[in-house]
Amino acid sequence: MKDRLGTLLVWASGMLVMGVLLAIISIVLVRGLPFLSLEFLTQAPQKMGREGGILPMIAGTFLLALVAVPVATVLGVGAAIYLSEYTVEGRLTRIVRSGTEILAGVPSIIFGLFGFVLFVLTLGFGWSVVSGGLTIAFMTLPTIIRTSEESLRAVPRIYRDVSYALGAGKWHTIRKVVLPSAGQGILTGVMLALGRAVAETAAVIFTAGSSLRFPTSPFDPVRTMAVHFYILAREGISMDRAYATAAALIVLILVVNSVALMLMRRYRARF
Amino acid sequence: MKKGRRYSAKRGWSLLSHERRVEQALLISALSSVFILGLIIIFIFLEGLPAFRAAGVTGFLTGLTWAPTKSVFGILPMILGSLWVTGGALLLGAPVGVLCAVFLAEFAPPRVADAARVSVQMLAAIPSVVFGFIGLILVVPFVREYIGGPGFSVLASSIVLGIMILPTVVSISLDAIESLPRSYKEGAMALGATRWQVVSMVIVPSARSGILAATILGMGRALGETMAVIMVAGNSLKVPTGLLSPVRTLTSGIALEMGYAEGLHRQALFAMGIVLMTLILALNLMASAVSRGRSK
Repeated sequence: MKDRLGTLLVWASGMLVMGVLLAIISIVLVRGLPFLSLEFLTQAPQKMGREGGILPMIAGTFLLALVAVPVATVLGVGAAIYLSEYTVEGRLTRIVRSGTEILAGVPSIIFGLFGFVLFVLTLGFGWSVVSGGLTIAFMTLPTIIRTSEESLRAVPRIYRDVSYALGAGKWHTIRKVVLPSAGQGILTGVMLALGRAVAETAAVIFTAGSSLRFPTSPFDPVRTMAVHFYILAREGISMDRAYATAAALIVLILVVNSVALMLMRRYRARF
Repeated sequence: MKKGRRYSAKRGWSLLSHERRVEQALLISALSSVFILGLIIIFIFLEGLPAFRAAGVTGFLTGLTWAPTKSVFGILPMILGSLWVTGGALLLGAPVGVLCAVFLAEFAPPRVADAARVSVQMLAAIPSVVFGFIGLILVVPFVREYIGGPGFSVLASSIVLGIMILPTVVSISLDAIESLPRSYKEGAMALGATRWQVVSMVIVPSARSGILAATILGMGRALGETMAVIMVAGNSLKVPTGLLSPVRTLTSGIALEMGYAEGLHRQALFAMGIVLMTLILALNLMASAVSRGRSK
């Protein structure tokens, strides 16, 4: 009896998680896709988003990611190389690891406040692509560090030994042997970071602004798709357009994250 | 050998110093996350401390009135609001998350487990505004129609947050369950225990510190979530009296007013950030203490 009930609960929980995801995706797609047209994706919004499309928001989302992802990748992969190739477990790795863990747990609204004081006010970047992008870079850094370190550690020891035996130096070995072998794994982290950059709202709205104009410089304010969706839905400006924006956003995120998952599987299968 | 400069001491030295420079650059990037964490704490505290000074620490933390236009800053209703919705999210989300991890590790046939794993990862990728929106169009009307009150409530927020913490709870609990030695399970099976007995008497108790850490980190997620809560909580400044009262959390309090706050008002919002950050840091320390206890 207890057995039956327990088993039932376990199955129900598993099904619930899958069901919730399916429900969310299908509601957004069923209601949003009918309004999602080529015109909607390629036109500027009019009347605060009541009419027209979302082209500036698509541009804003991509520009923001274009700043955030490379910065986070350079810092994150660098950190991962140091952790996996240059040091043994000790006090330094403990400090870096717990710092990264805590950073991963910092709420996005705190990143928003921080980015606002540091980039928007102190450094004078204003509400802009740069301010928002750098804030998101900091926010996604832990994701990239973790996945990259895991991928680098998965590269077999023998790869490095062979390279050293051929007379290559340490950095040369990392650049020509270790990094290319870990490439897919590192790319997984980069895609996950891209997904988070696209999905984020709280940290972006206070650093990149919510301007409806098409950005022409890195110091222009932008409104990302997620922020646009939030404003349309919360202020009740246009439900049709909110659904359509959400559908575009969800499709983008599903694609980015599926690529990430696929890369991770391939990488795990390899090593 | 006059032209054989390739292996000269000088060249060797410059190669070595090149390696050194690379190592130093990498060390700097390794320290970047610690550095950024430090910067965040410094900036939030610098901006927020003046408000603590103006309102007094106890006045700020225990004051019941939040009236920025009159420079009265009491955040107790928002602290309580955050605690209510976080507690609710845990009550709903943690058991389901742990059971789902058990499902993935022990019950699900390989194909189903695979699909469920992908679902958990995708659930983590859904933007919080989308969760909030679904809450707004489904959960809020449901609560209003069938349970009562205005719909925008502790309950609606707890349901939405309970779902949002699932990926955290599931993945960390799953790690804990999967890192248990196989012999635990095999031993219990050999003694004739049923699958459910193995799970409830051996697996979950042995993985309890990992599960506890998962729950604490899930709590951190619920506490820090902003956009989804704004859309379903109702954002009232009254002290919540029950599951059906509308609430404002610390995070939504910050986000609602950051757009136009100036001067002392803005500093008060940063002071709320200090409170939030302190709670989150405390939760993180608890989680790592719990999981370190496990590895010993």
